[in-house]
Amino acid sequence: MQLGKSRVLALLAAASIVASACGSSSASPTAGTAATPAPPAVTPAPGDTATPAPSATGLPPTDATVYPREQTLYTSGKQWGAPSTWNPLDPNAAMGVVGLQYETLFLYDPIKDAYTPWLASGADWDAAKTTYTIHVRDGVTWSDGSAFSADDVAFTINLASNKAIGSNLFTFVDTATASGKDVVVKFKPNPPYQEWAQWIYNSPIVSAKIWGPLKDSADILKNLNANGVGTGPYTYKTAAQDRMVWQKNPTWWAIKALNLNVQPTYIVDIVNSSNNVALGQLLAGGLDLDNNYLPGIAQIVQGGYNVTTYFAGPPYMLSGNTAWLVPNTKKKPLDDPKFRKALAEAINPQNVVVKDYGNIVVAADPTGLLPTWSKYIDAAQVTALGATFNTAKAKADLAAAGYKAGADGMVTNKDGSPIKLELMVPDGWSDWMAAENLIAADAKLAGININPTHPAYNAVVDARNGTATAAPTFDLVINNDVQIGNTPWTYYDYIFRQPQIAAGAARNRNYEQYDNADAWALVQKLDQTPVEDVATMKTITSQLQKIQLTDVPIIPLWYNGEWSQVNNSVWTNWPGEKTYQVQPATWNGYWQMGAIYMLTNIKAVPKS
Amino acid sequence: MRRYFGRKLLTYSITFFVAATIDWMIPRFMPGDPVASLVSRTNGISPEAAKALSDYYTNLFGLNQPLPVQYLNFWGSLIHGNLGLSVYGRGTPVADMIMAAVPYTLALLIPAILLSWWAGNTFGAIAARRRVLDSSVLPVGYILTATPYMWLALVLSFVLGFSMKLFPFSGGYGFNLEPTLTWLFFTDLVAHWVLPFLSLFLVGFGGWAIGMRNMIIYELESDYSRYLEALGAPQSLVRKYAFRNAMLPQITGLALQLGVIVAGALVTEIVFSYPGLGHLVFAAIQNADYFLLQGIFMFIIVGVLVANFLVDVVYVIVDPRTRVAMRGGTA
Repeated sequence: MQLGKSRVLALLAAASIVASACGSSSASPTAGTAATPAPPAVTPAPGDTATPAPSATGLPPTDATVYPREQTLYTSGKQWGAPSTWNPLDPNAAMGVVGLQYETLFLYDPIKDAYTPWLASGADWDAAKTTYTIHVRDGVTWSDGSAFSADDVAFTINLASNKAIGSNLFTFVDTATASGKDVVVKFKPNPPYQEWAQWIYNSPIVSAKIWGPLKDSADILKNLNANGVGTGPYTYKTAAQDRMVWQKNPTWWAIKALNLNVQPTYIVDIVNSSNNVALGQLLAGGLDLDNNYLPGIAQIVQGGYNVTTYFAGPPYMLSGNTAWLVPNTKKKPLDDPKFRKALAEAINPQNVVVKDYGNIVVAADPTGLLPTWSKYIDAAQVTALGATFNTAKAKADLAAAGYKAGADGMVTNKDGSPIKLELMVPDGWSDWMAAENLIAADAKLAGININPTHPAYNAVVDARNGTATAAPTFDLVINNDVQIGNTPWTYYDYIFRQPQIAAGAARNRNYEQYDNADAWALVQKLDQTPVEDVATMKTITSQLQKIQLTDVPIIPLWYNGEWSQVNNSVWTNWPGEKTYQVQPATWNGYWQMGAIYMLTNIKAVPKS
Repeated sequence: MRRYFGRKLLTYSITFFVAATIDWMIPRFMPGDPVASLVSRTNGISPEAAKALSDYYTNLFGLNQPLPVQYLNFWGSLIHGNLGLSVYGRGTPVADMIMAAVPYTLALLIPAILLSWWAGNTFGAIAARRRVLDSSVLPVGYILTATPYMWLALVLSFVLGFSMKLFPFSGGYGFNLEPTLTWLFFTDLVAHWVLPFLSLFLVGFGGWAIGMRNMIIYELESDYSRYLEALGAPQSLVRKYAFRNAMLPQITGLALQLGVIVAGALVTEIVFSYPGLGHLVFAAIQNADYFLLQGIFMFIIVGVLVANFLVDVVYVIVDPRTRVAMRGGTA
């Protein structure tokens, strides 16, 4: 009798989640509306082994509530929380809002260093290089069926004058006007060509008709824009606390114009979970593309799980950004370039590469420039000035600079007081926590006392950025904020930015608080160099590298991987060294750096 | 009767006020600015965009006001049932996020707590009288109750989920489904529920079984049992009285358990990526999300108070001495 009651209770509880799960998805435009047709066969959850439903050719009904396995791509890596906004102007927009739903004028491929016309069919500068004419592509339609036009492009550029968006575009753009099928952008004198080139492949174009009423609204970011209207290959299907689902747009312009078509009918992006769950899903084939750092991936690739990476062997991954050791140059002894240089010489990044990452990352060049920017590295100068790992030299340099070893063998400040530096990384970032211990051990051998700590993420941000009431308190942090992109200018802007951004949430450049007016002038000059003028860019970057290698405002450690591991059991023909070379990541900004071609190239594995 | 419940209600109100105030205070003493953390996660954006975004969030969450004002706002909103906006949810109302998560947690916890309580007590009572069971199966109970939820969950996830592929091991329902009122969705939902439920149930079961077994043995050896036996009462009657007395501390334990098990649900939900409250608590802590954490704790506080109140009522029903005391008599 009692057991009976308990069973009823359990059933009631289960029923209550059914009801509420159905209710909670009411934001979805499709769920819970029309009666759902019975699925052809029980389609298993990812991770199950039963055979999926037979493939239905053609497009599924838009109210499909079961996604056939062989038409669905499961991804994970970009979402650190539930998808909560689909506003393409908000940097926190859900995975795919920019790239899958909204598109940019150009794509940029960091591997080939090339711009591909996308929503623009081309663009050119006038002879004086102060007017830029964008030729808007014909035959593009918005997902609501209305035509895409030059007005939309001009509107989007002008939208940047809305303060709430936080764009600096109108510090250098004078006017942007539509004229027929073109948009003419007039610049103020000395346009920052590098930044503009970044804008054309990073900024999503929105519909003038739909966004017009919000043009000057201070609340433009409050528009969550679920089920918005874009030009891209996917449209919004549904979203829940743990997922974002996209559905193929059968009227995507590139199908006709470029003979390209995205293969998966559905993309289900799963919000990042704990490592054990992500790894389990990937190995079981429930996750096709995982863009998280998974420890021990080298063993898994060799382990016969049908899991592959971009390179078949070390370093397995492309490089996505540089991990830097950031010293607080406002504190003793880190204010002394000689001390910083000795610190750089004391650290062996190769230790981190091998012992911590098992060779899935690469030690950084002394300039810190990513492999895709290697043409900007002045190799001869790096050999002459660059700090390379050499404990003996680090010791000698410290002694020569006046840092004498104390009784415990650790060097002291020039006034004899002990040096004790704190190196912080966020708690739970296990790869960085291992790295900081190795770095501290290396430094100790050269007599530099570093205490590795790992406070909560927010505490690290507070110490690094400072707050409204307190200056930054950190000694050393590891940071990798700036990602791969079209120009090394972003790196130099990150290192040398002037004037210092006020302490607090908005500080995201020059954490080391290094002041050098000459370097900043060079960074601006670099910004004002046309992207096709590689020779001038090289001259300037060489001068910047000289300052960087001499003064060591920041110490490059290793190139963090563009973490990407794929399971080949449902989808195959992934990007790789041996197949085709495009970015294999779902992160912000990567779709328009060529990852979109991954979706047009992957193939469904035929069912035997 | 009215005085008894009146006094209880007053105690609960004071408890609620204090708990809510502490609830409001704790997250604000955690180090770190949630807005700075939120902005810094959008790495790569321009300094202008970072500034605009930080202003936007600071205003949205009302963090630009002095603390006393924030405290008053908190009570003002609470009275209107408004728990504020979530930082982690980037402006989603906290109440919506909690309501989306609560059904999952309740569907896990209520069956897990009640079934493990019932099954554990029944089994413990039987074990106390059967030497074979007592010496063979009960040690399993000891092992189960000493097992950390986390570890048991990982083992279940690996063995039953990953290796044997009997049950899915992540999420609340399949990633290939949208919630619908269909048999397919229902069975999928239940399949996802099994492993997290089992890990909570097994740990709870062991604890209750041991407790009950010890209580029964204690009661059977107490004076009243011996006296009854000496009077020649049948064994079943003696056991009935022993069981009723042994039950009382178990009911109190149940009330306490209701509060504590939320912590168990937390790790279980993380291991299985189960989208319940525990999962939200974890995310809220990681993101220093004041409002979400506050909202969830508020929910838990109310839940524990209500559970305790219900147990008080149950006590009145099952323990005649309480009824006597309420009427002013002595037991």
